[in-house]
Amino acid sequence: MAADDGCGAPVQVATPADFDTNGQVVLAGKVTGTDGPLGGAFVRLLDGGGDFTGEVVASPEGDFRFYAAPGSWTVRALHRTGNGEASVTAEGPGLHQLAISVG
Amino acid sequence: MSREDALVTTQWAEENLDTPGVVFVEVDEDTTAYDAGHIRGAVKLDWRNDLQDKVRRDFVNKAGFEKLLSEKGISNDDRVVLYGGNNNWFAAYAYWYFKLYGHENVQLLDGGRKKWELDGRELSADDVKRDATEYKAKEQDLSLRAFRDEVVQAIGAKNFVDVRSPDEFSGKLLAPAHLPQEQSQVPGHIPGALNVPWAKVANEDGTFKTEDEIKDLYTEAGLDESKPTIAYCRIGERSSIAWFALHELLGYSDVKNYDGSWTEYGSLVGVPVELGAK
Repeated sequence: MAADDGCGAPVQVATPADFDTNGQVVLAGKVTGTDGPLGGAFVRLLDGGGDFTGEVVASPEGDFRFYAAPGSWTVRALHRTGNGEASVTAEGPGLHQLAISVG
Repeated sequence: MSREDALVTTQWAEENLDTPGVVFVEVDEDTTAYDAGHIRGAVKLDWRNDLQDKVRRDFVNKAGFEKLLSEKGISNDDRVVLYGGNNNWFAAYAYWYFKLYGHENVQLLDGGRKKWELDGRELSADDVKRDATEYKAKEQDLSLRAFRDEVVQAIGAKNFVDVRSPDEFSGKLLAPAHLPQEQSQVPGHIPGALNVPWAKVANEDGTFKTEDEIKDLYTEAGLDESKPTIAYCRIGERSSIAWFALHELLGYSDVKNYDGSWTEYGSLVGVPVELGAK
């Protein structure tokens, strides 16, 4: 990404289990509601102290992905039908998967 | 300035969709959300294609801004209500930009697109066409905008508010956590900067916290009210949220946004850089 590119969250896509994390800590997963995958939720990454770190809008299939650092993280999803969250501790680089139920 | 002057609620917006003289403008870096559905009647501004110079790293010039707003059908006396995704980052940037070019009657939709969607309010995919106008901009009000030489000279003399996340501030990350981390600049922050992440001034639903809460936040972080303040982030849009909070909501008179921000400062040769958490 070039320096003059924006800072906004990119369009979210699914993260396959064999995703090449290129040495980075990747936190990824899916938001589900009562009827299966839930698109359009506002997905917030909170650090170990509960402070906000980043936010993306889940894809129509509920997918989200963050590039983080080793540590404890909580991912919280907000949707007009309800909220939900899940936590993970990332010891090091690689793909760390989360599932979040909302509603 | 006060909250009532600078912000409108989603409720007010919904009740004023058809009010003559009120123009809703959605501002985003990625306008696919607008194309799929937007507030009925809102025109769109593309943060990159409409507001940035195509070649140099700078804004469109005065003539370019006049042409843009004329084509969008915005008049000098219109009440412009800005909103967008990403917690209003680009809308707050556009607010600052409209003020820079002298449009006085501009407001931000509190909570932006996120609050509108969380409220379950209606979105429209209809094309929006407004009659062209002959918009006249003023010269840029540079009392609102900081450039690099002023920034370097202000170290130790002015407040710096670095609104990036703690991991970007300390040098652990170079970009927000939703982006890959390959960047050209060095990590760190401007010496003496306070780290008040932009999200601290906002509630989870994207609306601004109360003025008392925001004032306490900056005071506790060590902001010296007797000194001017410069806000920055990575490219200047998250810091527009802090500029808005400090200048428009709290009413501090000398607050500038440094839109060069860390992508510029962290690439300068010979300037001091501080690492580590506050």
